[in-house]
Amino acid sequence: MNTPDAHWDVFLKGLWKENPVFVAVLGMCPTLAVTNTAINSLAMGAATFFVLFFSSLLVSLLRKVIAKQVRITTYIVIIATFVSLVDMLLAALVPDIHKELGAFIALIVVNCLILGRQEAFAAKNRVGPALLDAAGMGLGFSMALLMIGVVRELLGSGSLFNIPVFGSSFEPWIVMILPPGGFFTLGFLLLIFNAVAQRRAVASSVTSQS
Amino acid sequence: MAQELLWIFISALLINNFTLAYFLGICPFLGVSNKLDTALRLGLANIFVMIITAVAAWALNTFVLIYAPYLRLISFIIVIASTVQFVEMAIKKWSPELFKALGIFLPLITTNCAILGLALFATNKGYGLIEGIVYALGAGGGVTLALILMAGIREETRVLDIPDVVKGTALSLIVAGILSMAFMGFAGMFSAA
Repeated sequence: MNTPDAHWDVFLKGLWKENPVFVAVLGMCPTLAVTNTAINSLAMGAATFFVLFFSSLLVSLLRKVIAKQVRITTYIVIIATFVSLVDMLLAALVPDIHKELGAFIALIVVNCLILGRQEAFAAKNRVGPALLDAAGMGLGFSMALLMIGVVRELLGSGSLFNIPVFGSSFEPWIVMILPPGGFFTLGFLLLIFNAVAQRRAVASSVTSQS
Repeated sequence: MAQELLWIFISALLINNFTLAYFLGICPFLGVSNKLDTALRLGLANIFVMIITAVAAWALNTFVLIYAPYLRLISFIIVIASTVQFVEMAIKKWSPELFKALGIFLPLITTNCAILGLALFATNKGYGLIEGIVYALGAGGGVTLALILMAGIREETRVLDIPDVVKGTALSLIVAGILSMAFMGFAGMFSAA
């Protein structure tokens, strides 16, 4: 666990092998609800990253103090505190985006990804690995959100980060920025993800045989 | 007044369906909805917890949070979770049949985003006690409807010949997208009236 390679693995697994959105399918509500533009996706990703990172830090520091029977409650209170903080921070810094995300910022509390990481990793590991794990998972989550957001904004509004890309002759697929678009985009991304993972598995089994 | 309440109910039930338009409570929607019977009971448990939540949120907003609004999120979660726990114990004692039907779902639902979402949306919309309860009924009914529809479709897809890559969550999501598209049709229902 102490070699640099192992640390690197702890960080990297969140990005691909155990990606919270594409592999574990955790934290679906924000993933689908606020990804109708790339900017909203980015804000949601950053907010989740912040909460996950600092909750993991605190939980890992306190892991010997927290009694086993009340651990879940303690985690939730810690997470809720950081979410309240992020909520107020966003309201002060970027009021427009905060208004668009609305109650979904507060709903980061019940994102199963965050509670899951506390229970599965931060509570059992030292601060260093816990932070690496949180950073990897947080980045993996943000990356997935951004991928969905970019697809939906490109097809749904013909723009990227509010900059038009396709010119005026492009007829936007309105449905992509509406709720069904969220389901479709994630569904098809999962499809691609599955197909790539399957191809890799086949390729590796072939090379190991030869 | 009555018309307003009806509007709140219909809007939460169909037009702004919690699952298909707000994406709340997606985890059980994708995970549990395999059997019609389970879906129905999960939905009923959802309605039940939502009504408790609406009352709890209203009480907190009216009596406590005017003094400390920054505690809203934390107090919502703690109060909802503990109230549901108490009610669960009470049901266990008074009505074992009801407990058997809903029991296992109650603790699962408590940390569901649909429940917290209901409390937050009701607060943001400034609903009073009665409006809150009607909103909870509509939202809970909407979640139940979505769960049952999804379970029905999934029972059918089990006998189909589906390529391996599509099986599982990807298929559920695409089906949910089509369902969600169908529900968008309800948005036009009341604008004409």
